[in-house]
Amino acid sequence: MNFDFTDDQRALKEQAERFLEDNCQSSVVRGVLEGEAAFDRDLWRQMAELGWMGAAIPESYGGVGLGHVELAVIAEQLGKYVAPVPFSSTVYLLAEALMFAGSEAQKQAWLPKIAAGETIGALAVSEGPALTTPKSLKAEVIGGKLSGVKTPVADGDVADLAVVLAKDGAGASLFLVELADVGKAAAPTFDPSRSHGTLTFDGAQAERLGASGEGWDLLQTILNRAAALMAFEQIGGAQAALDMAKDYAMDRYAFGRPIASFQAIKHKLADVYISTEIARSNAYYGAWALANDAPDQAVAAAAARVAASQAYEHASRENIQTHGGMGFTWEFDCHLHYRRAKLLALQLGATRVWQDRLIDALEARNAA
Amino acid sequence: MDFTDTPEEAEYRAHVRAWLDANAEKRTPGALFQAKYGADDLVPLAREWQAKKYAAGFAGITMAKEYGGQGGTQMQQVIYNQEEAEYVTPRGVYEIGLGMCIPTMLTYATEEQKQRYAGPALRGEEIWCQLFSEPVAGSDVAGLISRCERDGDDWIINGQKIWTSGAHFSDYGVIVVRSDPTQLKHKGLSYFFLDMKSPGIETRRIKQISGTSNFNEVFFDNVRVPDAQRLGDVGDGWRVAITTLMNERLAVGQSPPPDFWEAFALARQTELEDGPAIRDSAVRAKLADWYVQMMGLKWGKFRTMTALSRGEQPGPEASITKIVSANKRQQIAGFGLDLMDMGGALFDDDQSPLNAMFQEALLSSPSSRIAGGTDEILRNIISERVLGMPQDDRLDKKVPFDQLPRGAGG
Repeated sequence: MNFDFTDDQRALKEQAERFLEDNCQSSVVRGVLEGEAAFDRDLWRQMAELGWMGAAIPESYGGVGLGHVELAVIAEQLGKYVAPVPFSSTVYLLAEALMFAGSEAQKQAWLPKIAAGETIGALAVSEGPALTTPKSLKAEVIGGKLSGVKTPVADGDVADLAVVLAKDGAGASLFLVELADVGKAAAPTFDPSRSHGTLTFDGAQAERLGASGEGWDLLQTILNRAAALMAFEQIGGAQAALDMAKDYAMDRYAFGRPIASFQAIKHKLADVYISTEIARSNAYYGAWALANDAPDQAVAAAAARVAASQAYEHASRENIQTHGGMGFTWEFDCHLHYRRAKLLALQLGATRVWQDRLIDALEARNAA
Repeated sequence: MDFTDTPEEAEYRAHVRAWLDANAEKRTPGALFQAKYGADDLVPLAREWQAKKYAAGFAGITMAKEYGGQGGTQMQQVIYNQEEAEYVTPRGVYEIGLGMCIPTMLTYATEEQKQRYAGPALRGEEIWCQLFSEPVAGSDVAGLISRCERDGDDWIINGQKIWTSGAHFSDYGVIVVRSDPTQLKHKGLSYFFLDMKSPGIETRRIKQISGTSNFNEVFFDNVRVPDAQRLGDVGDGWRVAITTLMNERLAVGQSPPPDFWEAFALARQTELEDGPAIRDSAVRAKLADWYVQMMGLKWGKFRTMTALSRGEQPGPEASITKIVSANKRQQIAGFGLDLMDMGGALFDDDQSPLNAMFQEALLSSPSSRIAGGTDEILRNIISERVLGMPQDDRLDKKVPFDQLPRGAGG
């Protein structure tokens, strides 16, 4: 047994951290948050040059051919720096969906472009401000043509290729849809540092991803795989928010001493540390289960997801609280984490849904 | 990263499992040794179990062979602990001695003493207890006031200890007492081991809210201890005590059931107004959180062990195990009773689900949040030693012990 990263993985972590420290300071995040651009194209281009988008894509498809644990190492750093790029949509969702369920032709067509940073992806499931289920689903493909409206779609306004859940005869299927001629509009969200879009399909060409009628089940598997990776972005963010809170408390004096010496602050941050460590341990196992196709991947992913969403939300809330009034200002960076924590906790489905999935998976495993 | 056993680890695990299968009963949710036997009936059973473990090579797995241990790895110990946790075995008699006292002896005692005491403890022939806490010194254990005075080759100990697990059946104990109250609090302490049958020691059981008695008060009236039984220098007892307490963090920690699996089992077998409790979304959300906590601790412990196997010291981050598992257990106890609704009040081994485990846990769980470091002290440790936040403003670090303000008890 060995529950830690290899020397190569540690070196990758340091490289990623150094690169983002130099190229993704909060001014870069604010550039997207406050500006017109949907994401930071310069950062995205450099990430492609470093091979990050293709980290887990095999060399035969133009990737670097590392594994999911290496991808998780990168994800943690992206989370720490609140990177304003469409990485999760493109890599954890689109690339992973193609590698898991794509046909040989689909893989050859798209994976090299993803690895090169030329294709941006999106997962289009949601159809408005409520849970989307097979029953509520409205988007539909008839004769290979997709019609319907998907919103919000993370990175939907800038994506080239989307994985879309739509009705397909009696059931639901996943489809690959090129977005060049699809109606795209920016969708406003509470975290403009990660752009979202509304996609309006009106007879768009749709190519099935995976088997007909099995879209809902396949989507769950794709979400499980993405959740294990997203968990690392979340713990990266949680750790950064905890560090911010602690650093501020060490320098902020009240009643004649640093507020970091008051137990009301210390115990609060100890609790954040506990949530973050619980999440980190679950994320490690989740990444291992993904990388090794472990039979309990569904359980491991849901546990990693629930713990990571809770930890990042917890850390980002208490970071603002520790900063007091200044934490509530636009000027301080606390809100970058506060927004991102909630966004990430929703993007692959809310905590309530994942808690339910976790118990589902445990019931299934226990029945087997 | 690899969460599976290496071939050597798998072989060791199979060896452990085969032995446990042949010698112990497999645990089912709800089965607890303590539920079947009172604490006092436990001692002869635990003694027999410890002797068996020793004979089979599972006592002192990481301890040096020259002192009767197995000279094995931390990972073997982890594997053994994981496997034994799946069986119903008598716990709570040898953990303190083998987990805390003997490791301290092996660090500070003379070679002759190590040879004399380690073997009998490992074989289960001698039981040890730890005498640190006092009525005036709980979380602030260095604020203790029991004292020792030099008398020729001996020391004379007077005072009172409390919360001493197993003192009434122990053969030996380790003790910290104040040798010089004019020094700063942490400077005037000395550390000894002693024979619990020494004249002048009186042990009284403490009845807990659960009705059972795991702890004792121990009174010292002119108890004579040879200077040769001092561990560490005079006045340096706090440093020795820290060695004992660091070992405590590894030894204590994981609370006994009910844990997630018992809550899960109860939710599946309990009918609510709209069907089984497991279908209720509020129930599922809670269960999910407890599963995540349980597994977070499990994988976290493996991370600590990976550090250990590389020769790194286990850090204070291990403190989170106790905070999380103790609070989880108390919440699960309350949750289980809620599912039983009015019937939850019934505390009856035959009628209450899972051998009345949830009722028992209601009354026993508060102690886990206190014993071996309160939730509050552990949060201090995490914030100070892991996060590097400053200590509170500490008068006791500036003023000699005998000039510190005292409450009514001191």
